[in-house]
Amino acid sequence: MIRINCPYCGERDHSEFSYGGDATINYPSLDASEKEWTEAIFFRKNIKGFQFETWHHSNGCRMWLVVERSTVTHEIKSVKPCHPDLQKVVKNNK
Amino acid sequence: MTKFNAWNVIKNGLNGQSYWTRQWRDPEPKSSYDVVIIGGGLHGLATAYYLAKNHNIKNVAVLEKGWIGGGNAGRNTTIVRSNYMMPGNHEFYEHSLKLWENLSHELNYNVMFSQRAHVSLFHSPGAKDSVSRIYNIMRLHGTDAELWDLKTLKKKIPHLNYHNSRFPILGAAVQKRAGNARHDAVAWGYARAADTLGVDILQNCEVTGFTRKNGNIESIQTSRGIIKGKKIGFAVAGNTSVLWQMAELGNLPIESHKLQAFVSEAVKPLLDQVVVYGVGGAHFYISQSDKGSMVFGGDLDWYKSYAQRGNLPMVQDVAEAAMAIFPSLGRIRLLRHWAGVMDMTMDGSFFICKTPISNLYLNAGWNYGGFKASPASGWYFADLIANESPHNYVQNHNLERFEKGINIDERGAGPDPKLHG
Repeated sequence: MIRINCPYCGERDHSEFSYGGDATINYPSLDASEKEWTEAIFFRKNIKGFQFETWHHSNGCRMWLVVERSTVTHEIKSVKPCHPDLQKVVKNNK
Repeated sequence: MTKFNAWNVIKNGLNGQSYWTRQWRDPEPKSSYDVVIIGGGLHGLATAYYLAKNHNIKNVAVLEKGWIGGGNAGRNTTIVRSNYMMPGNHEFYEHSLKLWENLSHELNYNVMFSQRAHVSLFHSPGAKDSVSRIYNIMRLHGTDAELWDLKTLKKKIPHLNYHNSRFPILGAAVQKRAGNARHDAVAWGYARAADTLGVDILQNCEVTGFTRKNGNIESIQTSRGIIKGKKIGFAVAGNTSVLWQMAELGNLPIESHKLQAFVSEAVKPLLDQVVVYGVGGAHFYISQSDKGSMVFGGDLDWYKSYAQRGNLPMVQDVAEAAMAIFPSLGRIRLLRHWAGVMDMTMDGSFFICKTPISNLYLNAGWNYGGFKASPASGWYFADLIANESPHNYVQNHNLERFEKGINIDERGAGPDPKLHG
């Protein structure tokens, strides 16, 4: 079991969360070329090692999180709210 | 290499089994080969075998970082079927099933292929309509497929849970020619047959880098020295992205996820078919090995991972599905479970294609279904490497299909690799 330290709820089992995917994708502008959109939607780095990924606390606060986790050892380095403004709020409240 | 036949069995029986030779050689790497296949799993070994057999290309090496049968070849639930409906896929998997039917003779190795029927349960009128559509498409293409009503199903498999009021069993979609095989035997059989035709199988030979020249890959750096290859094929399943980036080729429409398989203690004959139960978020498939163990599996672990070990919530999930459909398994003990790293793709279909490097060929993206595909995968990958152009069946199984909008998505699940179970 992976334990994820949700910034809103505290440390919980990963079975409370749903895995999203690669958190580093930058979606191109709406009028970008098909090649750019194909790259953003279908192509992945598929990192072996530490990566930033999204998780949804679907059986908890239902907030989206960015987790830095190793895809080899499953060790977690950091957990942050997905939205950058919420990152500030959580930081100020601690 | 001693051939397996009645005469040799009797001869060795009388001589204390002392005249059997080793199954395949353990050669030192040569400095160069016509074709180097990276990955000594079922797909890599089958490719090497068909390169030698069908295309007379015998100066071939298969590089394996571990040992033959130690990766996904030994981490699956051994199910063989061809119940696919998308153009390209159904022809491909049907050809694979036909190769399976003659594989033991072809390889002179008993792969214990058992056509015991693949029984996929349905639990609602909607599910029946949906599966009928797929199985009708199969019939139109000459693949065997039929529906069993509840009466037939009860007669064939009396000990399913027919009293599940939440998901009542209404019947099953059945492919009778489907079944399972012994996974180790397939790996060993292909290795032995390829070796007999002159292929070098290099175990403990991990690829660490590539040297490029004029846009091509000139040589491969490995833990056993530098090896040159005129043509190079990748067949490394879950580790495809790692090699792809080692060759500086960027991103792939692949994510690596892990899938667990489970084996119970041996029991007396209990189940004659492969049974699949998938409803309400559960996904469960089970058969009984010839030793008597129940062999079963479920969903992916639901998060990206390169670890060859499974998580416990999924063990619980699979156990719950087992109890929902086979309550008689309640007291059975689990002997082993393990996880393999799956190369899950963005549309759930595979790649047998050329790459941006002209002497590099890609075989990847087998999702859940690599085991049954291995004979045809080797067949068409060898064909691509030898003839430089893909066979009709795999002409759209390339990396460009996403940009062209011709995704081969059997499930219609969209671009999320973990959903293509």
